Amino acid sequence: MKRFGPFVFERRLAPTRTAILGYSLLAIAAALVVMSFIFWAYGVSPVKAYSTIGRTTLGTRFGLMEILRRTIPLLLCGVGLVIAFRAKFWNIGAEGQLLAGAVAATWVALFSGIPAPWKIPAMFVLGFVAGAVWGIIPALLKVKLQVNDVISTLMMNYIMAYFVKWLIYGPWRGPTMRGFAYTDLFPRDAWLPLIRYSKVHWPTLVIGIAAAVLAALILSRTRLGYEIRVVGDSPDAAHYAGISFLGVSLWVMLLSGGLAGLAGVGEVAGIHHRLLEPDHVSLGYGYTAIIVAWLARGSPMAAIITSLLFGLIFAAGDEIKVTLQMPFQITGVFNGLILFFLIGVEVLLYWRVRLVRKGQEWAGKAGS
Amino acid sequence: MGWESWIVDTLKRALAYGTPLLWGTLGEIYAERAGVVNLGVEGMMILGALSAFAVAQSTGNPWLGILAAAVVGGFAALIHAFFSVTLRANQYVSGLALTIFGLGLSGLLGTSWVGISLKNPLPKATIPGLERIPILGEALFRGHSYLTYIGIVLAVVLWFILYKTRWGIAIRSVGESPSTADAMGINVFAVQYLCVIFGGVLAGGAGGVLSVEYRPAWTEGMTAGMGWIVIALTIFAAWDPLQALGGVVLFGALYHLAYRLQAWFPPEFLKLMPYAFAILVLAVAGLRKVKRGAPASLGVPYVRGQR
Repeated sequence: MKRFGPFVFERRLAPTRTAILGYSLLAIAAALVVMSFIFWAYGVSPVKAYSTIGRTTLGTRFGLMEILRRTIPLLLCGVGLVIAFRAKFWNIGAEGQLLAGAVAATWVALFSGIPAPWKIPAMFVLGFVAGAVWGIIPALLKVKLQVNDVISTLMMNYIMAYFVKWLIYGPWRGPTMRGFAYTDLFPRDAWLPLIRYSKVHWPTLVIGIAAAVLAALILSRTRLGYEIRVVGDSPDAAHYAGISFLGVSLWVMLLSGGLAGLAGVGEVAGIHHRLLEPDHVSLGYGYTAIIVAWLARGSPMAAIITSLLFGLIFAAGDEIKVTLQMPFQITGVFNGLILFFLIGVEVLLYWRVRLVRKGQEWAGKAGS
Repeated sequence: MGWESWIVDTLKRALAYGTPLLWGTLGEIYAERAGVVNLGVEGMMILGALSAFAVAQSTGNPWLGILAAAVVGGFAALIHAFFSVTLRANQYVSGLALTIFGLGLSGLLGTSWVGISLKNPLPKATIPGLERIPILGEALFRGHSYLTYIGIVLAVVLWFILYKTRWGIAIRSVGESPSTADAMGINVFAVQYLCVIFGGVLAGGAGGVLSVEYRPAWTEGMTAGMGWIVIALTIFAAWDPLQALGGVVLFGALYHLAYRLQAWFPPEFLKLMPYAFAILVLAVAGLRKVKRGAPASLGVPYVRGQR
């Protein structure tokens, strides 16, 4: 217990839901305040910036659909990362796993010869498998050779990005694309259906929401979920309980990588309809999903909300680029700030603040 | 080409490519020796690269550029120190936030500097005397940037401080067991702050090496994952400054050898080599059972009065 003037700070073990929500909102608000200084320093009135963003993203059907389309990859990657982070597996590799899924989908669409009605399901299945394989490698490296998971997953992002570049500049370069570094356009039967007048490929969105629900069930209701939580909360306890660290790591990265792979399928089959430069396939969704997952605090269902928030930030970034002529990197600045403030307020979560008047000094202590 | 000049050439290129990695790795070693992981190296490097280039270009003095990079890197690290030491936040997440923030901010502020080549890059230098050592002298002490020599000297000096002085003992004991260090009268927070900031100074400087020396220009995202390779090298070097020197040369040599294979492999494969090497060296370290040397309290925030 600590005292500052009339305020008493008491430790608490488990933060309440209201506290988590309140402090998360506080963090976002703080990031918005710092952001307005950055707008101001850049010579853009913060009021104008925020009102423009609000009007163009939340105020129009087009804007809302743009948010939704950005939400899809963030949700799929985010749910996957929630699972991985629950087991304290630091998967920073969703970006590469997403690209692996995109590569698999491209293969199905252009080179597999799978007949039309099976094409789209095959894209999702193989996209999941490709992402999962790309995720399992770091899991094996971590358990068998103690290779740091942050490093290996991150390095595999770069490796996959250059692999995609090689494909589109080399063997998969489309003969009909007049020398541009794209593959050919996918045949129509490999395009995902869209919500009318938008770029929202709804099948992927449905899969994303289903994934969130399933992940929540797995984490709370199954033996695997229990093992994931024990490994994450207390590796020692997991060891004594005979939980296989290898098994949990493999499962976690299979799911996490696979879901990111599905996000990649959605991007190429739903929006671009071909494989192209890796930073056009994904605008860093795999990295932003880390913040989506961290903000969701281990709850896959909460990732639905947090991915919407970051979908909004991506849509806003587009708008800022077009109307305010500021670089898209502004989203990176904002994302970094949010993450800083989030971990900053985390400290507050474990303290309860009470106001005490004179003569009531010991009331709290008697109660606790 | 004879084998001698082949070795000389490889070592030379390895060291040139490895200089920013060396600076960064030495800094990260100090931060981690004091028990604080900083995954923000990539972000500090890119901020350093931009500030170095901007200052060097506007003042015409590349040394001022390096200085600016070091200062900016130090301030960036201060943010990380505040979150991870004072607020005891998750160090991984704080470092990631720093990287995301740094990449974003440098992209935002760097737009007007893109596509200009630096008017006054750093000159090359030769160390008189030492350059006459056969093979090694030619490879290590002739025609390198001053920054490379500074890096080598730093590696030796930092090794000496870490293992042979009281300061070194203080830093290492904070990383191993902060409560014991605290009981011995060492100011744990001060040591952690200083080491993290020092790490940032070197990481920022490493970015400067990149933008005023190695590739004297500013391009967005020009660090291209070097900050992460630094973290891999820190582990590979077993948190030892001298081994870092060796690790960097080995890494640079592998990278250079990959370039020799250009005739047989597409360029994309050469470009992904450093990242594959980073995983490879850690896997090799794992095979050699290198858990040796990892500071025991690495990544664990210190709370006074708790064990």
